[in-house]
Amino acid sequence: MEEAIRPPLPPGPIKWVRDNLFNNWFNSILTVALLPVVFFALVNVVLWVFTEADWRVVSQFPLLYAVGQYPREELWRVGIGLSTILLMLGMSWGKWGGLLRSISMAIGIAFAFFALLPVQHPALDFSMRAYLGANVLLILLGNWIGHRVAVKGSYILIGWAIVPFLFVFLLTGIEGSKFLPSVATTFWGGLLVTILLSAGGILLSFPIGVALALGRRSTLPVVKAFSIIFIETVRGVPLITILFMFSIILALFLPADSRIDRLVRALMGITFFSAAYTAENVRGGLQAVPPGQIEAAKAVGMNGFQTMVFIVLPQALRAVLPAIVGQFIALFKDTTLVVIVGINDLLGIGRSIINSDPEFVQLQLEVYIFIAVIYWIFSYLMSQASSRLETALGVSTRL
Amino acid sequence: MTITTAPIILCQDVHKWYDDFHALKGVNMEVKKGEVIVIFGPSGSGKSTFIRTLNRLEEHQQGTIIVDGIELSHDVGNIERIRMETGMVFQQFNLFPHLTVLQNVTLAPIWVRKWPKEKAEQVAMELLDRVGIPEQSSKFPGQLSGGQQQRVAIARALAMQPKIMLFDEPTSALDPEMIKEVLDAMIDLAKSGMTMLVVTHEMGFARAVADRMFFFDQGVIVESGTPQEIFKAPREDRTKLFLSQILQH
Repeated sequence: MEEAIRPPLPPGPIKWVRDNLFNNWFNSILTVALLPVVFFALVNVVLWVFTEADWRVVSQFPLLYAVGQYPREELWRVGIGLSTILLMLGMSWGKWGGLLRSISMAIGIAFAFFALLPVQHPALDFSMRAYLGANVLLILLGNWIGHRVAVKGSYILIGWAIVPFLFVFLLTGIEGSKFLPSVATTFWGGLLVTILLSAGGILLSFPIGVALALGRRSTLPVVKAFSIIFIETVRGVPLITILFMFSIILALFLPADSRIDRLVRALMGITFFSAAYTAENVRGGLQAVPPGQIEAAKAVGMNGFQTMVFIVLPQALRAVLPAIVGQFIALFKDTTLVVIVGINDLLGIGRSIINSDPEFVQLQLEVYIFIAVIYWIFSYLMSQASSRLETALGVSTRL
Repeated sequence: MTITTAPIILCQDVHKWYDDFHALKGVNMEVKKGEVIVIFGPSGSGKSTFIRTLNRLEEHQQGTIIVDGIELSHDVGNIERIRMETGMVFQQFNLFPHLTVLQNVTLAPIWVRKWPKEKAEQVAMELLDRVGIPEQSSKFPGQLSGGQQQRVAIARALAMQPKIMLFDEPTSALDPEMIKEVLDAMIDLAKSGMTMLVVTHEMGFARAVADRMFFFDQGVIVESGTPQEIFKAPREDRTKLFLSQILQH
């Protein structure tokens, strides 16, 4: 009987080293020469982080990094907003699982870690620890509700549509109210503002960008011209210029009593900027849909709107999903530019902490590294989310 | 069946230009309900263009086309009504790759015919059964063979319960071993009394089920007749030449 031919075994670590590091004399010399460099760099970084660096600039101001100057006695509003989002996240995890499970678990573990961290710290008092612990339970409760109790997926989606408005309403408050006094956006800051600006920019610019992309292909000359002028103007101008325009020039054109809040102005600038780039990405996707698809949709009697919604857009957006997520990650990092129009986002808070005390000027490396790590974590999560989404939608397989 | 009924498709002096190229030069055709028409001819003869004008995928610029009593004009409502009455099967299948086989078949009945989902799915499963692939309903088109995809495309067109089925070279993009399964499904459909217009070079299919055949060349109908007339005694030299070329082997 003939012996079955087996696939070759995966290479062991020694073979990997030989194939990749010592596969010819030049690479062998490179490996030997670079090994000590890499070794000493690693050792020095680890030594610096754990012995030399002075993390006071980070550990003394956790709330400042998180929410900026938001009044401490009104902090419960941020807390309730965050808890609502986490409850929704837990329910979505219970309903759909997948990536939502990983995100929920990561947040839950991080919160539990800080709730139980055996360190004396003024910010980690009993009420804060209780709040963090309660949020872990909220995520689990949400999971149970979404999983066991029959909650329709559409209800959860409606909830997600309401939550952002609820959150912003909670943070803003009502003018003259005793229970919910209004908090001017000048006090908002830190990671809170960074997330509000990027999430707001992403959520608002996406539909506008899709509309502009469709407008650019429209047969109506006015719609088409407007789309092209908008896209090409915005794409031809740096984000900093747009932010300046919205924060200074817009105020000059509008009547004095109809002042738009400066955070809203910055959000408008970011949204328009991102929408123009989204539009161009989506346009690429629209062009990638074969004309036969549109013919087939028409042939079964679908009208133009149905063809667009059910046939063209799903395929176009799927094709450009990686590009759009990449653009949103760039947008998330670009929100740091709002510092120049006087908004204290995460980076702005870091800078004001450095400038608040001459002693801290020596410690700016620590501040910037801390902020960089936070940005990296969020960007990494977004790119992970994107690649999971690509797999789920079959971006590379269902062609 | 009465023969005296009004034609379900009536074309009079249909002209079509692509810029300066005169693709259809005055085509006249009458098709009665239940007839199976085979249209053949060399490439570039206008046969695909003609069949695509019948559901307005191509616009004709001169002449009259009346489908099921509705005249094709710029009236969008008329176009959509005609498209609901005509199903079309394409050379390249054109299935929707992001939807499952079942969703491909039910999409239009649910959103255009406004059927409830249960009814649409029940009809879809019957049709998939009829074309012989009920077990593939939850797969995506990309996971099927060409022959299976084309049978799904037939089921998708039939799901709208059209009165007329248009086939635009349905087997030209298929591997040879898959042509038969698609032709079998079409023969089955023809025998059920469906009005069909088929652009094809499958002369076996024409012999088996066609009522009449039309030979297109350079934008005009050169010759028409029953399969017997066309195969046994073609009148025109161009028809003879073309038939000798495609029937040689």
